[in-house]
Amino acid sequence: MRAADALCAALLDEGVEHVFGIPGGASLPLYDALYDSKLKHILARHEQGAGHAAEGYAKASGRVGVAFATSGPGATNLVTPIADAMMDSVPTVFVTGQVRSDLIGTDGFQEADVTGITMPVVKHSLLVTDPRQIPGYIHEAFHIASTGRPGPVLVDVPQDLIRAEIDYAPAEGPPALPGYKPPLQGNIKQIRIAAKALANAKRPVIYGGGGIINANASQEFRDFCRSDRLPVTLTVMGLGAYPAPDEQWLGMLGMHGTRAANYAMDEADLIVCVGARFDDRITGKLSEFAPRAKFVHVDVDPAEISKNVPAHIPIVGDAADVLPKLTREYRALEPETKRLEDWWKRIRSWQAEYPLRYEDSADSEIKPQFMVEAMYEATGGEAIITSDVGQHQMWAAQYFHFDKPRRWINSGGLGTMGFGLPSALGAKVACPELDVVCLSGDGSLIMTCQEMATAAIHEIPVKVFLMNNGHYGMVRQWQELFWDGRYQSVDTGSSPDWTKLAEAFGWSGLKVTDKKQLPGAMREALESEGPVLLDVHVTKDENCYPMIPAGHAARDMVG
Amino acid sequence: MGEPGTQDVVRLEDLEASRALTGRKHILALTVEDTPGVLARIAGLFSRRGFNIDTLAVGPTEDPEISRITLTLDGAVHPIDQVTKQLHKLVNVIKIRDMDPETTIAREMALLRVNAGIEGRGEVMQFAEIFQAKIIDVSRRTLTVEITGTQERIDSFERMVRPHGLVEMVRTGEVAITRSRSDS
Repeated sequence: MRAADALCAALLDEGVEHVFGIPGGASLPLYDALYDSKLKHILARHEQGAGHAAEGYAKASGRVGVAFATSGPGATNLVTPIADAMMDSVPTVFVTGQVRSDLIGTDGFQEADVTGITMPVVKHSLLVTDPRQIPGYIHEAFHIASTGRPGPVLVDVPQDLIRAEIDYAPAEGPPALPGYKPPLQGNIKQIRIAAKALANAKRPVIYGGGGIINANASQEFRDFCRSDRLPVTLTVMGLGAYPAPDEQWLGMLGMHGTRAANYAMDEADLIVCVGARFDDRITGKLSEFAPRAKFVHVDVDPAEISKNVPAHIPIVGDAADVLPKLTREYRALEPETKRLEDWWKRIRSWQAEYPLRYEDSADSEIKPQFMVEAMYEATGGEAIITSDVGQHQMWAAQYFHFDKPRRWINSGGLGTMGFGLPSALGAKVACPELDVVCLSGDGSLIMTCQEMATAAIHEIPVKVFLMNNGHYGMVRQWQELFWDGRYQSVDTGSSPDWTKLAEAFGWSGLKVTDKKQLPGAMREALESEGPVLLDVHVTKDENCYPMIPAGHAARDMVG
Repeated sequence: MGEPGTQDVVRLEDLEASRALTGRKHILALTVEDTPGVLARIAGLFSRRGFNIDTLAVGPTEDPEISRITLTLDGAVHPIDQVTKQLHKLVNVIKIRDMDPETTIAREMALLRVNAGIEGRGEVMQFAEIFQAKIIDVSRRTLTVEITGTQERIDSFERMVRPHGLVEMVRTGEVAITRSRSDS
């Protein structure tokens, strides 16, 4: 068969149902093969949208997300989602068309060295040089994208090679990759030492991240935390791995986390990090981060261990393997829960003194935090929430109490504005039975708003709850707090008219400016059949608190 | 370590994190798949992570599908452990060995063109002889010398001839192999 047909067959063999993409010259053979294939192709309107949709699909389902783009500009438009998938360890495979192999290196029309351009931001990439490689490369790409620490894999396919005739036989077993052996099982000796250290800790904190969700180990994580009264906090990527609210839950960690979580890290004597990477948004000033603590670090990627914070007890392995063993070893020690009493008293005092709070309006004005609370009420906490990047993202992380994994989909590492809407489309395609709401900001939404057409044409009934404050709110907040209120280029004004834009795309659009109308409008949006955009006008100059100013220590939290 | 349930204590105050910097030169021997772009991946990794390579040598091995890359790095500046772990993440990198200086034979080759008119010529030739270097090209004003040895040896030869005027120097970067045991 044609190599293009073999590529589609290989994708089907990998269990793919949906691909997101846009055709172009160099990918014409691939799209011709789609014509006869069982693969369902979702036509995005910008390759960035296709890429983020593939990420949303992967994050919601745990399966590999797939996006197609043509050569040159199509491929370069994928760079942002590829980098995003790398930073947040999202299992994704990107297939790009490339110019004919005899044109490579000649600056041919729509030629870009996409394997070169993406090299720093892929887990791996494969440039096809022989048509017979194509199906094998697809299998390799899936294997690499989905095992160990997941990530994006790019397969770049020259237009002539994908037209060649090749034999296709389904792959038997995982590909032989001599240089790729992801460590899965944790060293039991290290796990025992960690259990003993924990049993001797008087001020422990469990700090979990997105690695728990990637490993599908949320239940194992809960069991571990509840094997004793261990205080738990999560990064923005980890939300949902442990149910919020909960007696042992300290709230989110980091720059906009709770004081209880950040102060607990500051005073902890032992921190058990599972599937997180001590990002600067977590540590703040590194030299003053958790100065009293020893660190157990569990991660499937050995390079994360001791990268930023030296680990005292490193455990390399998959969280789903390590956590049950750690729980068992810890339980076997029959640790004294009583030793944690003073520690909990201290934590409870922070929780009492510094709960998350905001001053609600006395009139009809909609506070952004109120909007998130209304969303939580309207959905019963039972929706997939995707978000863009900025204040709304942090408010969602603070006030929407995620209690299940894969319900909170956001761009944590790269911080990509424009992620929210296309990732919501991907999530809805992956999980049609769940409500999918994109909580966005007016600065972010416009960056990929063309994907409203994708939702309309493919009848993907996502809801966008737009937190419209007419500003790049987080930048405005930083200019207010750290740049003497010299507001530069942060006012987005009153354009576009979002309800008209929504209607132009074939969506329903509804503007809400009164607090009293908001819960009803949200319910109506959720109950309606098609895609809906709620343009919610919120307080323009609300700041997101609490906050650790960049480069400061947890103790310096403000607000 | 005892069996689970035994109470031999791990005291938190006794726990120590491993030291990041070793303070010495390291030779890393990488076995890599001979595929397009593998060197670019390694070079790119070093530049984006801010690791500085002192020398780099690439060449084929006894297996035509495998290349060997020898890197030298300063362990006083870079956490070697982190460097090797990052390298391991590259799918085309099969094996990495942080060569043990005790059991490693390392060699580098250099070609040096040195000013050597009538006055200096004798001394340059003498140095070459002391360092067991070969004179491979001669002109009226210069001598071109080929020298093989450890990095340090080539450094000292360079220091000797530099006062005469070093017109051009090229060095290959070190390659290294593990000493075989005398009874094997």
